[in-house]
Amino acid sequence: MRGDAASMTLLRAKSAADALRLRARNPAALPLAGGTDLMVHWNAGLLNGRTVLDISAVKDWRRIKVGKDGAEVGALATHAALLRQPAVVAGWPLLTAACGLVGGPQIQARGTLGGNIANASPAGDTFPPLAVYEARVRVASSAGSRELAFSEVFTGVKKTSLKPDELIESIYLPRPAKPARQLFRKVGTRAAQAISKTMAAGLLWLDKKGAVGELRFALGSMAPTVRRLRKAEQAVRGRKLDRETIDLAVKLLASDVSPIDDIRSTRLYRLRAAENIFRGFLEGRLEGV
Amino acid sequence: MIRLSVNGKRRSYAGHPFKRLLDVLREDFRLTGSKEGCGEGECGACSVLIDGEPVNSCLIPVGQLEGAKIETVESLGTPEKLGRLQKAFLEHGGAQCGICTPGMLVAAEAHRRCGGSTKRQALCRALAGNLCRCTGYKHIIESVAAALSGKR
Ligand SMILES: Cc1cc2nc3c(=O)[nH]c(=O)nc-3n(C[C@H](O)[C@H](O)[C@H](O)COP(=O)(O)OP(=O)(O)OC[C@H]3O[C@@H](n4cnc5c(N)ncnc54)[C@H](O)[C@@H]3O)c2cc1C
Ligand code: FES
Ligand code: FES
Repeated sequence: MRGDAASMTLLRAKSAADALRLRARNPAALPLAGGTDLMVHWNAGLLNGRTVLDISAVKDWRRIKVGKDGAEVGALATHAALLRQPAVVAGWPLLTAACGLVGGPQIQARGTLGGNIANASPAGDTFPPLAVYEARVRVASSAGSRELAFSEVFTGVKKTSLKPDELIESIYLPRPAKPARQLFRKVGTRAAQAISKTMAAGLLWLDKKGAVGELRFALGSMAPTVRRLRKAEQAVRGRKLDRETIDLAVKLLASDVSPIDDIRSTRLYRLRAAENIFRGFLEGRLEGV
Repeated sequence: MIRLSVNGKRRSYAGHPFKRLLDVLREDFRLTGSKEGCGEGECGACSVLIDGEPVNSCLIPVGQLEGAKIETVESLGTPEKLGRLQKAFLEHGGAQCGICTPGMLVAAEAHRRCGGSTKRQALCRALAGNLCRCTGYKHIIESVAAALSGKR
């Protein structure tokens, strides 16, 4: 079965208020942003007969505003648009590195940050960077808006804490202090267009004595949702990154993730790959984007 | 009614707004250059430019495109007067069966407009969203590099 255009109802929102009103009235409608996820399902004939709410014309949600304290990224900002903003690339390089690896240029030109989040795939490439930048996601309904910590957005595979009448409006990125070390890695079968086996993002700040001020490290594709390595992060705080501390941190990695065997990789491969990346980062051998 | 610009001409479309841009181009506007390889966003054979950016036309309901500027592979040249990229594909063996070629040309054109670096890595990145089952990519990369550097 293929997608059948005539079976579809398309609602088109002209403004943010219009989108939220239409959303409230049609809670079963599927929001449509860049369509790079939704249209794949539609083409496969999985969405025939559904109502789709196109929000792509809402200009307010496309804007990217970079300020002193952080950046406000509209949910409809595309991966390509983020890559074109030097201030975003300079301030949040791990995020733009991820955006540059979401599919190829055609997917990046159309796919949005809000769509990537709402899609809630365990392999969402932007999630590890968003997790270590401690992004906040603003969601809105016709009754008002609220802000979610990025760690509260996902509740499971393909599941978010958005209510049926809510839409993602924007993503706020607090500006981090300059880290001593940072990292983004995507391990896939090939560079572009591939679903990741493992993604990692890390930020490390050292104090004056060279001990760990703060470590943030997140892994994707290693659990139903993106995971921060909370136990390892806490264990290294205030300590020098010597052999013993690094061994302990790497050992703790497994307690914060639950990789699975699937068609793309095995549990053990994923775990080893993640441990190697984490160790390389802590030892200072592996950094950058 | 949806109004858009296609290859510099004003067009309007009055059919179902959920019809894919790819099908509107091929069936309603009789521009059959854009091909369907996969219908899943994977192969790039359906690539066109929207407001100058390369996109997969199999993933876009035409209803999203009110006022958009579309350019298809047909805008790159005619059989009588081939564009520079098209000529280079002919001369450097960039096309075999030809199914991927329109998408490759469109992606290469988008890259040309963004500066068109002829570094191998930049070319690979620019064509990363396009699959070819015949050429093994080498001749495609060489064709694009030749067109961009003006070499014959
Ligand atoms: C060939 C190919 C390769 C890909 N490669 C990658 C990759 O490497 N890494 C990766 O992470 N992803 C990848 N993707 C998936 C996809 O491109 C991204 O997730 C993209 O960011 C989705 O954004 P979109 O705007 O196109 O989403 P859409 O398809 O428009 O929407 C996706 C989902 O989110 C919902 N939604 C969209 N916007 C909102 C909003 N503002 N509020 C609430 N709900 C909303 C929709 O209802 C839908 O369920 C790939 C897809 C394809 C086809
Ligand atoms: S047909 Fe559109 S990407 Fe393959
Ligand atoms: S020439 Fe046949 S697919 Fe590329």
